[in-house]
Amino acid sequence: MSQMKPTNIDNPDYFHKVVDCQWACPAHTPVPTYIRQIAQGDYTGAYLTNRESNVFPGVLGRVCDRPCEPACRRGRVEEKPVAICRLKRVAADHRDNIKEYLPKKPSVMNGKKIALIGAGPASFTVANDLAPLGYQCTIFEKLSKPGGLMRSNIPAFRLPEEVLTEELNYILNMGVELKLNTPINSMKSLLDEGYDSIFVGSGAPKGKDLNLPNRWDDKDHIHIGINWLEEVAFEHTKTIGDNVLIIGVGNTAMDCCRTSLRLGAKSVKVMGRKPRSFFKASIWEVEDAEEENVEIIINHSPEAFITQGGRLTGMLFSVIKHSFDNDGNIINSQPIEKVTIPCDDVILAIGQENAFPWIELDTGIKFDKWNVPIIDKKTFESTKKGIFFGGDSAFGPKNIIWAVEHGHQAAISIHNYCRGVSLEQRVSNKIELKSTKMGMFEWSYSNSYDGSERRKMEHLDLVKRFSKLNTEVEIGFSPEQIATEVQRCLNCDIQTVFDAPKCTECDACIDICPVECLSITENTNNEEILRENLNFEKNEFNQSLFISEELKFTNRIMVKDENICLHCGLCAERCPTAAWDMSEGIVKIHHADTQDQNYASETAE
Amino acid sequence: MTSFIKPRINRKSAPTNKIGLTRQDYDGTMSTLCAGCGHDSVTAALARAFFELSIQPHKVAKISGIGCSSKTTSYLLKEAHGANTVHGRMPSFATGAMAANNSLTYFGVSGDGDSLSIGIGQMIHAMRRNTDMLYVLENNGVYGLTKGQFSASADIGSVAKKGIINDQPPIDPCALGLSVGASFIARSFSGDRKQLVQLIRAGLMHKGFALIDVISPCVSFNDHKGSTKSYEHTYKYYNKFVHADYIPPAEEIKTAYDAGESMPITLHDGGKIILRKLDADYNPADRSSAFSKIINNNIKEIATGLIYIDENLADMAEQNNLETRPLNQVPYKELNPGLDNLKQIQKSFR
Repeated sequence: MSQMKPTNIDNPDYFHKVVDCQWACPAHTPVPTYIRQIAQGDYTGAYLTNRESNVFPGVLGRVCDRPCEPACRRGRVEEKPVAICRLKRVAADHRDNIKEYLPKKPSVMNGKKIALIGAGPASFTVANDLAPLGYQCTIFEKLSKPGGLMRSNIPAFRLPEEVLTEELNYILNMGVELKLNTPINSMKSLLDEGYDSIFVGSGAPKGKDLNLPNRWDDKDHIHIGINWLEEVAFEHTKTIGDNVLIIGVGNTAMDCCRTSLRLGAKSVKVMGRKPRSFFKASIWEVEDAEEENVEIIINHSPEAFITQGGRLTGMLFSVIKHSFDNDGNIINSQPIEKVTIPCDDVILAIGQENAFPWIELDTGIKFDKWNVPIIDKKTFESTKKGIFFGGDSAFGPKNIIWAVEHGHQAAISIHNYCRGVSLEQRVSNKIELKSTKMGMFEWSYSNSYDGSERRKMEHLDLVKRFSKLNTEVEIGFSPEQIATEVQRCLNCDIQTVFDAPKCTECDACIDICPVECLSITENTNNEEILRENLNFEKNEFNQSLFISEELKFTNRIMVKDENICLHCGLCAERCPTAAWDMSEGIVKIHHADTQDQNYASETAE
Repeated sequence: MTSFIKPRINRKSAPTNKIGLTRQDYDGTMSTLCAGCGHDSVTAALARAFFELSIQPHKVAKISGIGCSSKTTSYLLKEAHGANTVHGRMPSFATGAMAANNSLTYFGVSGDGDSLSIGIGQMIHAMRRNTDMLYVLENNGVYGLTKGQFSASADIGSVAKKGIINDQPPIDPCALGLSVGASFIARSFSGDRKQLVQLIRAGLMHKGFALIDVISPCVSFNDHKGSTKSYEHTYKYYNKFVHADYIPPAEEIKTAYDAGESMPITLHDGGKIILRKLDADYNPADRSSAFSKIINNNIKEIATGLIYIDENLADMAEQNNLETRPLNQVPYKELNPGLDNLKQIQKSFR
């Protein structure tokens, strides 16, 4: 049987996957790169590195869903991952004026006009990518201020208005036209306006309702979460009753409960049907809510609203007993009793959907049986040529960072479409490896392992934070916290690159490795056998095994488990023949602006 | 050296042994040997074997003499007892320690200089007494600490780094051990961790003197062309002719062996050593067979594996009917029988 082939490290995805945070980030933000920039005090550089990938570092540094953090390698060594999101905010908080480094509107436009529907993160990202290339971008927004859900659904105590406004203005200053208070009521008439391409980034604006008995007896005190948050953000709603129940356990529920407290509620309960491990909300958002004395009640399933004379007085719940299998999945749920919980207001935060009442059925944009538009997952094109979707309006509610990535990809498609290039023709990622060796035991990154624990983000005093609705709760990292937290990053993008012909099979690297991720062994024909032979632990994170070419003395192979490596570089320091090197792997992620010349040079090669 | 000390990492999913310790719990201080030194691999193999056998680190005594090899004991089992003794005197120190406290697991690490030159008289007597210890001889053919002079184990024809050719015959520690009655004799190579770990496990569990001669290349002074103890030479002429697997008591034998190929030997602790021979005629329980195998060996065929084992030979403690309790746990009355008894004993000598 054939033996396992040596790993092809030129495959751009191989080392990219090793950088768990960057791989997990929908926009592939080069996290270790910007953390090193922060470590060197280059906050402006760190901000710009972020901005290239995720466009809104100040916003995302506060309210990102952080898919990077559960993936972080540090979480395999200690309880808690690097505070990646908080460090992003550090870059945003401490940056200098960056205006001169931003892309600008070109002196000559290319004559193409793009309409963008909805002034949220997806549309703004498309405009950010296309405006500097000479496109005339026009964003249509039904509300009086731009930002989409970043403004209407995320409360100002989590995301200050000026942070959002500044980052949106960077893009508007690239010559992007913003039409506020201009809802698009008909796709057909927009199509007649002569735009070269249309991008739909109108979000998922329809909050789900809960049609239980007595739902319609009291419309004034039963609210739809996202609508209610929008009313509060635009100051149409300024009060709420003393006792509030929130139905739902997602991040919107957490925003609703904390906002209720700021509008004067005395007692707020978040009602969940299942135990906490099933909550959709990010753990930290639940913790932040609890810190403010929000009560989290589990295993309560709503049955009916209770009203008296057209006024809501409480809600009826079934208390549920769940039974679980060994993996923690619910296998059976039984109601055991009914309880009534009195309240003055109920806020429903049980999900949202996209809705397109303004897209006529005969525009050529097809919808599936759930009325969701049919969108190509790679190009984001709808069934009508030249019309693209992105953000929550494409595939339903996700989060800001996904909307940004959709925007980047849609921008490439729009650029190709307008140039008459196939949408499939996209410049693929590349990896560039650069040795970090500066001398004997000297590397251009801080390779020593720092055992410090995750720094805790300090919050404003409970008394102070309720004084105003828009008082930001998180106060940002102190200089000492920054200095410690940056050293916790393991620099997973500094890759261990092995040059098999140099190896003398002395085992020095294997002996020094603090996590025993290296081995020299006979080749086999199957990765499972190899893992078993080497006693490598369970590969929960689906990381690869690095397999070298055959070694010269014994024809054995060097195997490295990418799952547990800490990138400390001790293997390279200990290697007597420099067969190991620590090389910075720079993953080149292409956006709309690098499609032309790169493609040309790629085909010329 | 490296720019920082190997960190202690408490990995959430690190494997643990029967007593709940991780492999890192068997580490010692950071090695100060040259990068690529074979001795570091021996250290790692020793730590791995102790980890796999679930031996409590504080129930171990590690003893060594002087030389690069003798630094090894610092680099593992930081909770163990131990001493760096006078040059070549490790066997005597270990013998004395064992007489005082036979409840610990003893292992000594020495080199070809420490064992075959200054300490040869010591080593021979420890073997002759069949003291119950593992004796690891890290053999690189040169005096590394004094910059590469030939040691007593250098092969005829081996070329030193500065070009001098050795023409004196080598002392083979395995042949020496066979001639004086050591009960467990093995040879291995620092580059073959799989074999080395198994031999160390077997040697530790063997009751009696277990010698493992480990070819452990000196990366600074004896790893060049013409050397017969370089990585390249050893990998090239390395011949595993008896493979030994140690299986602890009550553990299932998982590997499937072909009939006739394997030869099980039961140890005093109830564990088993399963020997697999490449040469069917070879009998590792037969001293003369073992002797002819290594005497007829040449530098173009480095015979490794468990060369000889005699599990029935009484060890020092048994031969001399030594106290099984550590002496500091023997009540004073027993330890000191009193003046009257002393007079009786003295009388018997008159």
